[in-house]
Amino acid sequence: MRQCPPESNGPRLLRAGDRGWLVELPPGRSAALAASVRQQPWAGQVAEVVPASRTVLVTAMHPNMTNALGTALAGMLRDSAQHPTPTWQPRTIRIPVRYDGPDLEDVAEAVGLRPDEVAERHCSVRHVVGFFGFAPGFAYIDGLPEVLALPRRSSPRTRIEAGCVAIAGNQSVVYPGGTPGGWHLIGRTEQRMWDPQGDPPNRLEVGDHVVFQAVSPC
Amino acid sequence: MLTATPSTLEVVDPGPLSTVQDLGRTGYAHLGVSPSGAADPESLRLANRLVGNPAGTPALECTLGGLSLRFTAARWVALAGAPASALVDGRPVVDPRRFRVPAGRVLHLGRPSIGLRSYLAVGGGFLVRRVLGGAGHDVLAGHGPAPLRPGDELAIGPDRPQPAAPIELANSRCPSGLATLRFGWGPRHELFDAADRERFTTTRWRISTESNRIGVRLLGEPLRIGEVRLASEGMVPGAIQVPPSGEPIAFLADHPVTGGYPVIGVLTEPDIGLLAQAPPGTAIRFRSIPGTDAPAPTPHR
Repeated sequence: MRQCPPESNGPRLLRAGDRGWLVELPPGRSAALAASVRQQPWAGQVAEVVPASRTVLVTAMHPNMTNALGTALAGMLRDSAQHPTPTWQPRTIRIPVRYDGPDLEDVAEAVGLRPDEVAERHCSVRHVVGFFGFAPGFAYIDGLPEVLALPRRSSPRTRIEAGCVAIAGNQSVVYPGGTPGGWHLIGRTEQRMWDPQGDPPNRLEVGDHVVFQAVSPC
Repeated sequence: MLTATPSTLEVVDPGPLSTVQDLGRTGYAHLGVSPSGAADPESLRLANRLVGNPAGTPALECTLGGLSLRFTAARWVALAGAPASALVDGRPVVDPRRFRVPAGRVLHLGRPSIGLRSYLAVGGGFLVRRVLGGAGHDVLAGHGPAPLRPGDELAIGPDRPQPAAPIELANSRCPSGLATLRFGWGPRHELFDAADRERFTTTRWRISTESNRIGVRLLGEPLRIGEVRLASEGMVPGAIQVPPSGEPIAFLADHPVTGGYPVIGVLTEPDIGLLAQAPPGTAIRFRSIPGTDAPAPTPHR
């Protein structure tokens, strides 16, 4: 099976429709580029900036700006190669979690640990927000310890409440609320990570570091 | 502050699917929020222009007709997109592109003769609570005003004077027979071999019944790319994604904002609207825009 993009690839600009450019980057650089695009003097002409693990999609407000946007993005990539001074620093978001989810026992049994050890491993590492997708406010959080890696549940639940903390593969999620879900529910947080009526609606951004902290049930 | 209670339209029958739409939500794609808005934005713009509303005023997107509305107040009404007949209290409207509906009457839309989605704008527009800046219903996320149900009262803005936009402007594009859709190659066309690219542009694809505002599934001789390990990446409306089955999916307004299957090309914006007007069973072919298959330049380092 082919792997794309190759790990070694330097930055490339790929056209994505009448208004878009997909900027392909080496690993770990998309959040910084996205932040940098939003700070440009021409950012008012940009409609969307969508960072993911190896790419940033940038779209123009109007199709007749697309070529100028491509030129500006190419210029940014050249400059950042010549002066690699990272101005962007990730934030660290701490999320208090009560580890009492309905799947915690099953997860513990499947990975050969006690439930409290599952919580401890989940809290012992720094996770990183990789990208948003699937549903509004659904942030895929990378960095789950290998020992906790499990495939998704064979039968997804139809509706998951906001604040449920779940794991699958090498990722964690804090459910935004109202979506179906096939991940393993290991706990809950009382903190609102996503509020469509809020300004901004999100607590998490791509590139943020996340630390889960176990809180005892009251 | 005293505000007058707005006039309302009562939904007698929503038909198969009628939703409030506008020109979509911009600026939230990085948080997993689809643009949504009208599947055929040009037709929504046109309907609004014909009644004198600003271009992005919320209007109704009515799929396959069947919508009946009781007017509690007189309004100018315009229909664009899929051409549907209009009846007012059972009497056919001579020119349904723009007409006046008096207070107390019931407007009924027939099933369109061609196309799929008709846009109904009223002078003053529909007043709805916005979510993340948009007034449209998103079938993927489930947010925005719910699809219309019998008995719903839809608040509308104040009446506007007789609109000045000439009605001759009112012509919507709907596919009839084989539809040719233009696209630009990329961002991931380089992952497909020459035979697959050739197959993509020579196949007569057919639109599956498994199609909605999220996207359109295409049936035909599958491409052979198979499984590619691609990290999830941002997608734009009109993206044509090829899952391992080899049968492409072309995305519309409520598309997921990120995807992990390669996107072979993206429809031109006018032709996204044209695809949105193609009912299941329509035959389509893709025609590439010359020059879009050039290899990506690498910025000098």
